[in-house]
Amino acid sequence: MIVEIGHFALVLALCVSLVQGTLPLIGAARGDLAWMETARPSAVVQFGLVALAFLTLFHAFIYSDFSVALVASHSHSLQPTIYKISAVWGNHEGSMVLWVFILALFGAAIAIFGGNLPASLRSRVLAVQGLVGFGFLLFIIVTSNPFLRLDPPALEGANLNPLLQDPGLAFHPPFLYLGYVGFSTAFSFAVAALIEGRVDPAWARWVRPWTLAAWCALTVGIAMGSWWAYYELGWGGWWFWDPVENASFMPWIVGTALLHTAIVVEKRDSMKTWTILLSILTFSLSLIGTFLVRSGVLTSVHAFATDPGRGLFILMLLVVAIGGSLTLYAWRAPMLKGGGLFAPISREGALVLNNLLLTTAFATVFLGTLYPLFLDVLGGSKVSVGPPYFNATFLPLTTPVAVAMVVGPMLAWKRGDLAGALQRLWLAFVAVAVTVVGTIIVMGDKSILAALAMGLAAWVAVGVAVELAERLRLFRAPLGEVWRRARQLPRASYGMSIAHFGVAVFIAGVTASSAWRVEVIATARPGDTLTLADYDFRFLGVRGGDGPNYSYDRGFFEVSRQGQPVALMTPEKRAYIVQSQPTTEAAIHTTFFSDLYAVLGDADGSGSWTVRLYYNPLVPWIWIGCVIMAAGGMVSLSDRRLRIGVPVRRRREPVAAAEATA
Amino acid sequence: MSTPGPSSFRPIFLLPLVVFAAVAVYFLFGLQLDSRKLPSALIGLPTPAFALPPLAGAPPAPGVSGTIPGLAAEDFKGQVSLVNVFASWCGPCLVEHPFFMRLAETTPIPIVAINYKDKPENAAAWLRRFGNPYRRIGADEDGRVGIDWGVYGVPETFVVDGQGTIRFKHVGPVTEAAMRDDILPCIENLRNGRDCS
Repeated sequence: MIVEIGHFALVLALCVSLVQGTLPLIGAARGDLAWMETARPSAVVQFGLVALAFLTLFHAFIYSDFSVALVASHSHSLQPTIYKISAVWGNHEGSMVLWVFILALFGAAIAIFGGNLPASLRSRVLAVQGLVGFGFLLFIIVTSNPFLRLDPPALEGANLNPLLQDPGLAFHPPFLYLGYVGFSTAFSFAVAALIEGRVDPAWARWVRPWTLAAWCALTVGIAMGSWWAYYELGWGGWWFWDPVENASFMPWIVGTALLHTAIVVEKRDSMKTWTILLSILTFSLSLIGTFLVRSGVLTSVHAFATDPGRGLFILMLLVVAIGGSLTLYAWRAPMLKGGGLFAPISREGALVLNNLLLTTAFATVFLGTLYPLFLDVLGGSKVSVGPPYFNATFLPLTTPVAVAMVVGPMLAWKRGDLAGALQRLWLAFVAVAVTVVGTIIVMGDKSILAALAMGLAAWVAVGVAVELAERLRLFRAPLGEVWRRARQLPRASYGMSIAHFGVAVFIAGVTASSAWRVEVIATARPGDTLTLADYDFRFLGVRGGDGPNYSYDRGFFEVSRQGQPVALMTPEKRAYIVQSQPTTEAAIHTTFFSDLYAVLGDADGSGSWTVRLYYNPLVPWIWIGCVIMAAGGMVSLSDRRLRIGVPVRRRREPVAAAEATA
Repeated sequence: MSTPGPSSFRPIFLLPLVVFAAVAVYFLFGLQLDSRKLPSALIGLPTPAFALPPLAGAPPAPGVSGTIPGLAAEDFKGQVSLVNVFASWCGPCLVEHPFFMRLAETTPIPIVAINYKDKPENAAAWLRRFGNPYRRIGADEDGRVGIDWGVYGVPETFVVDGQGTIRFKHVGPVTEAAMRDDILPCIENLRNGRDCS
């Protein structure tokens, strides 16, 4: 019964989304306020209904209702509760409900917090959000109904894929979806602006917080996914340029470009058509990602069970949503009036460079991801494009982004002074020289490229600090003055510095962990000692046992460094009972500066075990860097100017509006 | 709301739409490439020239004692063989695995394998755990030979005749029906000097 209520709620949500997607649009075109105002309640009601459907699905999974086909094929009564919950979105149907839930969540948030948006813009934004929701609700109900019953009910479930039974992955999809479905707001705002025929700084101020929130969630989501791959797949790698990874990474790159160009619209009333295009593109890439993962056109290790029928449906949604919005763009965007002019060397110029490089980098990832498909369709040979391509194209394009990222914020709007900026960055140049030389001396001269990359990290880190010190007039003004400036500096500035600093930490982590990683693969008998970097691993032996829904072999390693005990590491091999699928659980001993990583291989039958040990320097910095970037976004989000409603309230007061135009 | 005239239309703004349209067409055709029905371009052609080293640590197979040798193009000469492309990281391979085990235990048909893009220690452990039906295993660690064979996704299964010509290809896990209706009849026909189907 509860499940049927969920099904019914989903169908009702479909009807409501149709209302939300049509009446407000007609109302806005006619200037009929009553019709426009249907947008807000319907967005909230749609969210309530989708939430109800989502909750009934939770109920079915938590209480292991095996009369529901989805529960029977993706859950098991022995599964720990946390994985019964994550099983809700660990499958195609459930994850689509999560997708729509987050879409409706953002719609409801705009309805509730967007009280100060102009009525016509708000109703149009919500209508576009409603139409996207309509398309995907229809998709779920027609092709991927999660509420189908089994008759007779199954006695026991088939278990969630053991690889997914992991705390890191359990909460990775919600973050990921918050991110890339969250970009739907930028899309809705862009389409609404095209219909309105107006983009102004106020528009950019409304769009930015939503985009920023989505970007932060996506950053965290991608980082969680990569962290999971690092410790669960047992290969010691953290990014594989897999099509599914790329599907979430492409919206991130373009979303990053969008965040930066929206600043130009906001501050300088310029680059409008480009910003609109990026808004459309960011969410379009989220949609394309959804299509790629679920249609089976690209094969990947972590693709969902694929179905060409579903693929065709999503493709039709893509054509309507992306094709429609780009048609609107081709027609309306040329009418948008450009704003302030600027010299090439200026803050705007730096942001244009950022955008050029980021979008080119995105294009290379896009090509690399889809090239096998393109070639296949043309009847060519079957190829797969691997990390060498991505490393060879993506890294050279993003390196200048990191170089320019320090200089850009030091330039003035309109016309900047490059020589002056570089002069003021002398400390950063010193830091680069010291780091490069220091790295070569410490690590040996084999890794010049890695030393230069560490220098880049130092450049960004010190450059960010110099820029912040400049703003505060640190060491130049009396402390009281510095303190006053520190308090007055907008949060968005701090946010930028924090996020850029995160990039520096990330670069250092990536460089060190790929350049100076040490690995040992060996067969060991209990009592043997293996040496890795300057650590000694004494293999004590293996003991078997049972977990809640798996049995395991657990290896024990006593790790010491120059005779001093460091840790006891216990990597496991697990065999999940229901699916008899083995997984490895790497043991990781992490310090802030490095990870020791141990994987237990197989027994050879005569008492020896294969073991793999890795020493990964600075690898934690990769994820710490991502978290710092996201934290920078959050700080920026708390800026007064971005707080929803503040700029709008001013806009609505006629006097202030008159002042603004004067 | 401002609605300036159509005079402001500029072709460059059509570019994103055109690019998307091209991508969408690829997607549409991509959807229709049902890889399971896709005939291999290699059918009727000799197997690519290749020689793969043996898989270290592979357990013995039914009817073969001692170490399992590697796989090379010359090994197909003289009898009809079944070639299975598998990997330990591939879930569907586990689904079809029992069919090959049963075939190896009950028939004299030689089953050989290409271990595609796999770590030897993982593959050997996988075979120790689930059984080894393969008389010869070529370890194709970097997937080069797999590309020559037109491997699209694992698992794939080929029938190669006694002259070393590829006669049949099955993409995806072998099912009971595929084994009964396609693969075994093909082998039977080839052994009797007829065409595959």
